[in-house]
Amino acid sequence: MRLPCPICGERDRREFYYQGAAVALNRPAPDADADAWQDFVYLRENLPGDHQELWSHDAGCGAWLVVTRNTVTHAVLGAKLASEADR
Amino acid sequence: MANTLTLTATSPCYGLLPKTVGTCTLTETDLGTLTSVAPFKGRAVSDALKGAHGMAFPAPNRATGKDGARAIWFGRDMVLLAGPVPDPGLGDHAALTDQSDAWTCVTLSGEDAGAVLARLVPVDLRPAIFKQGHTARTQLGHMNASITRTGPDSFLILVFRSMAATLVHDLVTAMESLAARH
Repeated sequence: MRLPCPICGERDRREFYYQGAAVALNRPAPDADADAWQDFVYLRENLPGDHQELWSHDAGCGAWLVVTRNTVTHAVLGAKLASEADR
Repeated sequence: MANTLTLTATSPCYGLLPKTVGTCTLTETDLGTLTSVAPFKGRAVSDALKGAHGMAFPAPNRATGKDGARAIWFGRDMVLLAGPVPDPGLGDHAALTDQSDAWTCVTLSGEDAGAVLARLVPVDLRPAIFKQGHTARTQLGHMNASITRTGPDSFLILVFRSMAATLVHDLVTAMESLAARH
């Protein structure tokens, strides 16, 4: 598997580390209710299809990426910097 | 009588290099002072770098300058200035951190240098793709490394200082296995 780092270009998967679902970028407000935090911390959609995932380019530029990947076909559909991703 | 003690600094690859196997030679390279230059948010540092040290701030995956004074792209929003002591004026535009003792710096040269690295590095380093002045942050074996092409058959390789012996071991093993095929 190869991931298209927006800074370094297409690189081998071994340079990256999986950091979980990109849901982590949508942090609830500090005063949000317990349900919102329960949802944020524990609950994940796991439907087959396109997923937004966080990967860090540990062995490359160090940037965190939001990668769109299809969990059925394993096709990687794109990546952008987490700092520039929609929140 | 006072006892005198003399301490002599040793380089990361002291006692390990140089080494020649087949067509390739691996030597330790003294790059001089190493400084990471991380521009402050929204600040351009290229003019200051050019004025002080004669090279532009390199784009990602590129290195500027030449032997003795090089600026090597070193990661997101970071460049390694290798050679000169940084001009204090650069500190107005970027965070400067001394890295001189933190890195093992070696040069791999020779006809098969690219083929040796092809066994260890998951990036296409062929000359048509990875030209002089190109650099990459990637892996060499299991080590995070910075690899820069400095000539048609030579590469500058940096890994953390603590990994000097592993770097030499991995490179020499690849050099030997490649030479054995000739």
